[in-house]
Amino acid sequence: MNTPNSLLIRRSRRSSNLSFVALGLVAVGLVMMPYVVYQSVTSSMVMLFVLVIIASMWNLLAGFGGLVSIGQQAYIGIGAYTVIVMADLGVHPLIGVFFGALTSAMLALPTSWLAFRLRGDYFAVGTWVIAEVYRLVMIKFQFVGGADGKSLVGLSGLDPVMRSALTYWFALGIAILTVLGCFWLLRSRIGLALTAIRDDEVSARAGGIDATRIKRIVYLVSAAGCGLAGGILVVDALRVQPDAIFSVSWSAYMIFIVIIGGIGYLEGPLIGALVFFAMQQFLAEMGTWYLMLLGVLAICAAAWFPKGLWGAFSQKTGFRLFPVGYHVAQRFDTPVDSRAPLFRN
Amino acid sequence: MTEPVLALRGISKRFGEVVVAEDLDLTVAPGEAIGIVGPNGAGKSTLFSMIAGEQKPDSGAISMLGRDISSLPAQDRTRIGIGRTFQIPRPFEGMSVFENLLVFATSGAGLHGHAAYTRAAETGERVGLGDVLNAQAGSLGLLARKRLELARGLASDPTVLLLDEVAGGLTEPEVADLVELIRGVQQEGLAIVWIEHVVHALTQTVRRLACLAGGRLIADGDPFEVLDDPVVREVYLGTTLTTEEDTA
Repeated sequence: MNTPNSLLIRRSRRSSNLSFVALGLVAVGLVMMPYVVYQSVTSSMVMLFVLVIIASMWNLLAGFGGLVSIGQQAYIGIGAYTVIVMADLGVHPLIGVFFGALTSAMLALPTSWLAFRLRGDYFAVGTWVIAEVYRLVMIKFQFVGGADGKSLVGLSGLDPVMRSALTYWFALGIAILTVLGCFWLLRSRIGLALTAIRDDEVSARAGGIDATRIKRIVYLVSAAGCGLAGGILVVDALRVQPDAIFSVSWSAYMIFIVIIGGIGYLEGPLIGALVFFAMQQFLAEMGTWYLMLLGVLAICAAAWFPKGLWGAFSQKTGFRLFPVGYHVAQRFDTPVDSRAPLFRN
Repeated sequence: MTEPVLALRGISKRFGEVVVAEDLDLTVAPGEAIGIVGPNGAGKSTLFSMIAGEQKPDSGAISMLGRDISSLPAQDRTRIGIGRTFQIPRPFEGMSVFENLLVFATSGAGLHGHAAYTRAAETGERVGLGDVLNAQAGSLGLLARKRLELARGLASDPTVLLLDEVAGGLTEPEVADLVELIRGVQQEGLAIVWIEHVVHALTQTVRRLACLAGGRLIADGDPFEVLDDPVVREVYLGTTLTTEEDTA
């Protein structure tokens, strides 16, 4: 009897290999930026990288895990404060950023025990409340400046141009790592389970998936990512201000970016962050009108492109930048009936 | 005597005033195929939900091969060998047919790598979805969705498979294909509990039929004797109970 060894599963297609080359070129181009453009451009692009990171994390959380949190600013804040505290202890701020990710993930675990008791809308509101609690607790501590916030020590000795470039590369590096990390996660066994949970949680449980465990993993990963983003913000601004770093606006940005770009697609947050960043740059002087425009745009996107810009594009063309699926490239060459039975008990 | 693959003891469940199970006992022997009929709202699907761990009974115990599984969550019951299909198919719509099956082969059957790929593809081919393995599950029609439900149940390598109205809404030739398929896997040693309104599909497959009404099994035994039972006829009065002879 033939063994069905002719089955061939592919994880990527030729078009995606090309797109990887293109993405690599873009990355190289971004790395070269500080040598070719003004410092003001690169320093504003740090915000773009932060947006890519937090939106990618929210996409994992809400787009795949179904966990619509509006309290991820809690972990941005925790990450930022960790860098401040570690710097006071003599740890280099760029190293401190990674500790920020660690603290965020560590605090996210007990938080998840609390927040995961809530479902749907209650979870969303609950996470916001929890983030507020983190802010209120933080401003009680005078050693981190209370309600006034605190400046970062440890980077002041550097030449401003050098420091700006360093921050840019650091933020770029973390953003690339975050996106690649999401890609790796979604290609893994956890990603398969996560995608199933995205589509139908009850069905996923029937498939043997421990949905709560997978969601908790994603919640911790997302907290760590937001911690990194908070660290970058503090390294960039050289100070932390509790009301700004724990602001719910961060959640508004994440949601806007992911909805516009395409929820449930790895590419969505990238496109959405670009759109949002461009709007921020060109329309910021419009003040209140800018915020209204954002709102109208989000509503239009939700009404006409429920899968976002990338979703609409991807469904038309079938193109994916990051192939996470499984493609059956070749079926068994022996007819089905001649093969071994499915059950041998 | 071998341990029953599935044993329900004194299962009770009510939603407010509605009794869906009352002190219900049911035993399934290894490799046995049982059909369950009963009027709409009799609690058939809820019974499956309780066996599969999606809903908890108010009281009573469920055991599998002698082990009490009453407190196991749904995903663990799948892993130890209780497969199920949903009455209204619930595929992962954004994933391909193959990926749907791969979820059950990895998380359900606990397989890795090529072994998981093989099982996913095999079960897909087996139910006749071999040509559409790469198709998005959300784009499938009703028949293909029903087949996918069945294939997903098989991919998780169950010891007992709960089929919830897999023949409903299908044409006669489609039902015939389905019956052949289910008889095939049953003959390979898989125990089957099959809820169905298409009674002739059941009578061609099972040697034991139970009728669930008012939260109780009002009859349990030889399919044709159960169908001839005056109490069963009474319960079904006004609903469509058709055997093959009736429709022919």
